[in-house]
Amino acid sequence: MEILIPTIKLATIYPEIIITTFAILVLLLQVFPTVIGKDYLGYTSLAGVILAAIITGQGGASGEGGEAIYSFSNMWVVDNYSRFFKLIFLLGTGLTILISIKYTKDEGINNGEYYSLLLFATAGMMLMAGGTDLIVIFLGLELMSISLYVLAGYVRKRLISNESALKYFLLGSFATGFLLYGIALLYGATGTTSLKGISGFISEASFGSPILIMGMLLLLIGFGFKIAAVPFHMWTPDVYEGAPSPITAFMSAGPKAAAFAAFLRVFIEALPSLQGIWVDIIWVLAALTMTIGNVIALVQDNVKRMLAYSSIAHAGYVLVAFVSTDKLGVASILYYMLAYTFMNIGAFAIVIIIGGKGEEKINLKDYTGLAYRYPLTAAAMCLFLLSLTGIPPTAGFMGKLYIFSAAIKSGYVGLATIAVLNSVISVYYYMKIILAMYMKEPESSVQHSPLVFTPAMIIALGLAVYGVLRMGIFPSAYISMAQQSYLSF
Amino acid sequence: MFYIIGGVAVLSALIMVTNKKPVSAAMSLIVVMFCLAGIYVILDAHLIAALQIIVYAGAIMVLFLFVIMLLNIQEKEGRVAKHKIFFQFTWILATGYVFINMVKLIGAGDLPARMEGNIDGFGTTRVVAEILFTDFLLPFEIASILLLAAIVGAVILAKAKIE
Amino acid sequence: MVPLNHYLILSAVLFSIGAVGVFTRRNALIIYMCIELMLNAVNLTFIAFSKFLNNMDGHIFTFMVMTVAAAEAAVGLAIIISMFRNKETVNVDEINLMKG
Repeated sequence: MEILIPTIKLATIYPEIIITTFAILVLLLQVFPTVIGKDYLGYTSLAGVILAAIITGQGGASGEGGEAIYSFSNMWVVDNYSRFFKLIFLLGTGLTILISIKYTKDEGINNGEYYSLLLFATAGMMLMAGGTDLIVIFLGLELMSISLYVLAGYVRKRLISNESALKYFLLGSFATGFLLYGIALLYGATGTTSLKGISGFISEASFGSPILIMGMLLLLIGFGFKIAAVPFHMWTPDVYEGAPSPITAFMSAGPKAAAFAAFLRVFIEALPSLQGIWVDIIWVLAALTMTIGNVIALVQDNVKRMLAYSSIAHAGYVLVAFVSTDKLGVASILYYMLAYTFMNIGAFAIVIIIGGKGEEKINLKDYTGLAYRYPLTAAAMCLFLLSLTGIPPTAGFMGKLYIFSAAIKSGYVGLATIAVLNSVISVYYYMKIILAMYMKEPESSVQHSPLVFTPAMIIALGLAVYGVLRMGIFPSAYISMAQQSYLSF
Repeated sequence: MFYIIGGVAVLSALIMVTNKKPVSAAMSLIVVMFCLAGIYVILDAHLIAALQIIVYAGAIMVLFLFVIMLLNIQEKEGRVAKHKIFFQFTWILATGYVFINMVKLIGAGDLPARMEGNIDGFGTTRVVAEILFTDFLLPFEIASILLLAAIVGAVILAKAKIE
Repeated sequence: MVPLNHYLILSAVLFSIGAVGVFTRRNALIIYMCIELMLNAVNLTFIAFSKFLNNMDGHIFTFMVMTVAAAEAAVGLAIIISMFRNKETVNVDEINLMKG
């Protein structure tokens, strides 16, 4: 019997191999007791992330001109689009590791499995960004989700963390069911699961087989859950509030970007001929997501929960750019996800610092008068919040500007108007925190223990501040990078 | 044959959803899984049929039963909270509506054409393994990482004490 | 021979029963069983299409879905156990420390 082995270009998955190797390495390292404590586990995994980022940045085996390299029977591609997203994920993971080091020690969860699962989730995200076959995207998504279910419930003695994990798990696997059913129907309608094959089949065959449309709708529901678009968002606030803060920061940046990466690739690459249908649905999703996310955020007193709703709203802004589906739209999504990673993880870093041991101080009243006690911390928080609101000269402003102009250029003026109005609404709740920090005297009833800053945390904050300012003031380099990423799509 | 097995499957699925006792629900789910294995045999998917019994009925459901017995859940499910009944009712209606449309669509739908060629030994272990280790090599490797991550996760959550 | 439609309808019926179960049941274990039922229904769709398309990719997909289901079951049940340790319930109605 003769078996034809397809060409395998191992070099195309070097970054993923490195991340996985380090995940296993961290797991094994902690078996050996050392005199230097367990901090090195975090730094080891950080080294893995940096190494993977360097190789991704160099392009691995991809062509010099940025052309796409296919391998593994056309299931895997290295192109600028996937590389850009991989760098976003690695950045998010790196920052998360930095802000985790002290937190895990405080909570008594400072062991190798924590970092190992973080790296496994990262590997899953990278597989989602580079997969050109639904089976790879599905498995990447599951690798990411399963690691996240565990991480959400990682603080086992805290009930709220258990509940968060349970809720995330049940709704996540429910969404997986829909996603899979959608994939099954697409497979049935076209006879293939490769994205190229699907789009090729649809463009040849007659348009609008009902099974195909059904499959597309189910996929939309599945991805809607993963990016937490209204009305599939109900898990988000609880899960984000209950999960350990570094994991919440991670979840709202990396995995959300990964879901968007796969979402975009599947819909733009495989289903462009059904665009007439899905653009309208996403239009409605975008409007609902922005509005509901922002309006509910208005009444939150818990800062972590408020940021959860704000992350729903931000997914809505990204969907606005998705509607325009052209080059500018995709480039603005890439830019926005990068900016969002910086500003959101930055904001969560401050939440972790203020939350202190046991995450007790996460309410608005714990922020009162912060500017008098820790002016630099308050200034950093202020910067992140301004960026989330979208006020110049921050990254968030440029991101929103690109998204809105992409929507207007494609003729979605109505949607852009809704987005701008929503930005105005969001000013209120972000300002609430800023006002509390700057305008109010510290409440005497609240016990203030001194905040603890570790070098890792300061590096993370510094990076985030640098990223937000740099991308806000000199955006052209990043936006041209994002635009090149679309060329090779 | 298909209609008998299918009927039993639907019936057991209904029993599972309506039954109050977790153990009975798990048992009826096992019946559904055996029925599906039977249908896979009708569809010439021999390897998958065997795996269905070994993995689903044999491993996953046994795990379920273990957990049910380990936790020794008391029957206090009780009535659904009043304010939620309306909510649930809406969901059931919505699902039912979508489902009816789905059946209509599938019933009326122009089904895909059969592909050319004849696969020698369709559904046998040899053919499945052949494509699994050539074309689907990458997914296979990802699945192995996924299982490793799941093992690590399950151990860390269920372990009695972490040092 | 049974037409493809009938397989698909059986699969849709099972999927819908599972989905309704997820919304109506309050016991986390049974909700997860309903999700397993949904995944099984999807597998049936894959296998049926695979047979009628004369294409083996569906079998591989089913194989992977089983792997994922096993992994999810292990993690999910571990989550349920770790919660049960803290609070002796698996009833999702009683899980209301956080408002929906």
